[in-house]
Amino acid sequence: MPTEIENLNPSVYGKIKEREKTANDEDETIVDPFDKREIFDLIRNINDPEHPLTLEELHVVQEELITISDKQNNVHVNFTPTIPHCSMATLIGLSIRVKLLRSLPPRFKVSVEITPGTHASELAVNKQLADKERVAAALENKHLAEVINQCISSRS
Amino acid sequence: MGRLILEHTLQGHKGRIWGVAWHPKGNSFASCGEDKAIRIWSLSGNTWSTKTILSDGHKRTIREVRWSPCGEYLASASFDATTAIWSKHECNATLEGHENEVKSVSWSRSGGLLATCSRDKSVWIWEVAGDDEFECAAVLNAHTQDVKRVVWHPKLEILASASYDNTIKMFAESALDSDWDCTATLSSHTSTVWSIDFDADGDRLVSCSDDATLKIWRAYHPGNDAGIATPDKTTVWKCVCTIAGQHSRAIYDVSWCKQTGLIASACGDDGIRIFKETSDSKRDEPTFEPLTTEESAHEQDVNAVEWNPVTAGQLISCSDDGTIKIWKLIE
Repeated sequence: MPTEIENLNPSVYGKIKEREKTANDEDETIVDPFDKREIFDLIRNINDPEHPLTLEELHVVQEELITISDKQNNVHVNFTPTIPHCSMATLIGLSIRVKLLRSLPPRFKVSVEITPGTHASELAVNKQLADKERVAAALENKHLAEVINQCISSRS
Repeated sequence: MGRLILEHTLQGHKGRIWGVAWHPKGNSFASCGEDKAIRIWSLSGNTWSTKTILSDGHKRTIREVRWSPCGEYLASASFDATTAIWSKHECNATLEGHENEVKSVSWSRSGGLLATCSRDKSVWIWEVAGDDEFECAAVLNAHTQDVKRVVWHPKLEILASASYDNTIKMFAESALDSDWDCTATLSSHTSTVWSIDFDADGDRLVSCSDDATLKIWRAYHPGNDAGIATPDKTTVWKCVCTIAGQHSRAIYDVSWCKQTGLIASACGDDGIRIFKETSDSKRDEPTFEPLTTEESAHEQDVNAVEWNPVTAGQLISCSDDGTIKIWKLIE
C-alpha cells in the first residue's frame, strides 16, 4: 500500500437505494436473466484501496457504464479512476474482475476496462486486465491476493 | 466440410487446465494446470485414464508440459519461476534462473537443447549436459515484455518466441562467435501473441493472438526466387496470410499438424476451429478455409490444442472448465 494518498479530496457521491423486491423475485418458476443493476450491486460496494469509501461513492463504477448480454454470456464493465494518473487503477480493475469472476456463473466472459479517456495508461492497464494468465499469476501472489480480498470484502 | 467427433471427455484435474502434450509415440499424453499437478494419461482398452500423478514438483500453477523427442523426459514450466525435468516419474532436475513465472518450455529436435521463457521478458537456452545436468547457454533479452511461448524449429536449431509485446522473434546460434542472436522480428499482430507452431518443414509458422486472428508466416532464405531481399544474408520472415473474422475472442493456442497440414485453434470463445489450405493456394499468398468449427467445444475458454503426432486427425484440447477432450476429425 502507498504511504502517500494521491487524491486527498475526492468528490463523494451518494449511494442508490436497495433494489425493491417484487413478487416475481420470490417465484422460482420465473426465469430471471442477469441485468445491469445486478452486476452493479455486485461491484458497487467494493472498497477503494485508498479511501474509506466504496467505488460507488467515488463514481469509479456506475450502473450506466455496465453492459450485459445474458444470452451471449458477456459482461463488460468500464471503471473511471478518480484521477488520470491513479497508480491504483490496475488494482481497482483487478478487484472488480475478481469479484465478478467469483460471483457470476462461469459461462460469463467478463471484461473490465478503464472508461475511455480517463487514465494516462489506459491501454496498458486494459491489456493487463484482459490477460487471464497474468491475472491468474497475480492471484497466486499471497500479498496481492490479500489486498484484493480486502477491497472486495464488504465493510458492513 | 469436416466434422469433429468427441471421443472422450476426461476429468481429474481440479480447476483450470492450462496445457496438454502428446507423448511422441502418440499413445499417451501429459496435462497440467492450476492444481500444481501433472497427470500422465494412457489408453487401456477404450478408456483413457491417469496412470501417474506428479504432484510434488511445483509450488504454483504449472503452465506447460513438453516431452523430449526421445519420450524419456518431461519438462514442466511453472508460475513458481522454475522448470522441472522429470524422468520415470521422478523429478531429476529443477532449472532456476527466471525472476518470475515461467510460461513455456520446448525441446529442440535433437533433444540436446531446452528453451524456457518468462514474464521477466527473457528467453533462456539450456544445454543438456548429462542425464540430469543442464547448463545455461544463453539468456536472450530481445523482447520488451512478457514472453508467452517458445517453440523450436522442427529440423534446425532455430528458436521462435511469442510475446505480450505483439511480436514473434527468431533466434539462432551465430557461426562466428557461437553466441545466440535474434535473427528476425515478426511484427503484424496488434496484441499479445499467445502461441506459435511450425509446419512440418519449418518453412512456415502459424501464430495466434489476443487480436483474434491467425497469421501465416513464410521464411525467405538468401537467394530466394521470390526476389525478397535478405539483408546481411539472413532469412527474412514475412506474413503471407491473415485469417481474420473467424474467431470472436483471444486465440490461446494453435497446432499445425505435421502429417495432414491442418491447423487447429483454441479460442477464448470456447470454440475449436480447423483450417485447411485451399487447393489453389499460392506459395507466396497462401489461402486457408475453415474446414469445421466446434462452437461450444468446451464450457469455458479453450487453453490448448494439439494434434496427435502419430494418429492423423486425432486432436486433444483442454479448458478452464477443468476437462480434457479427445476429438477425431472426419473429413
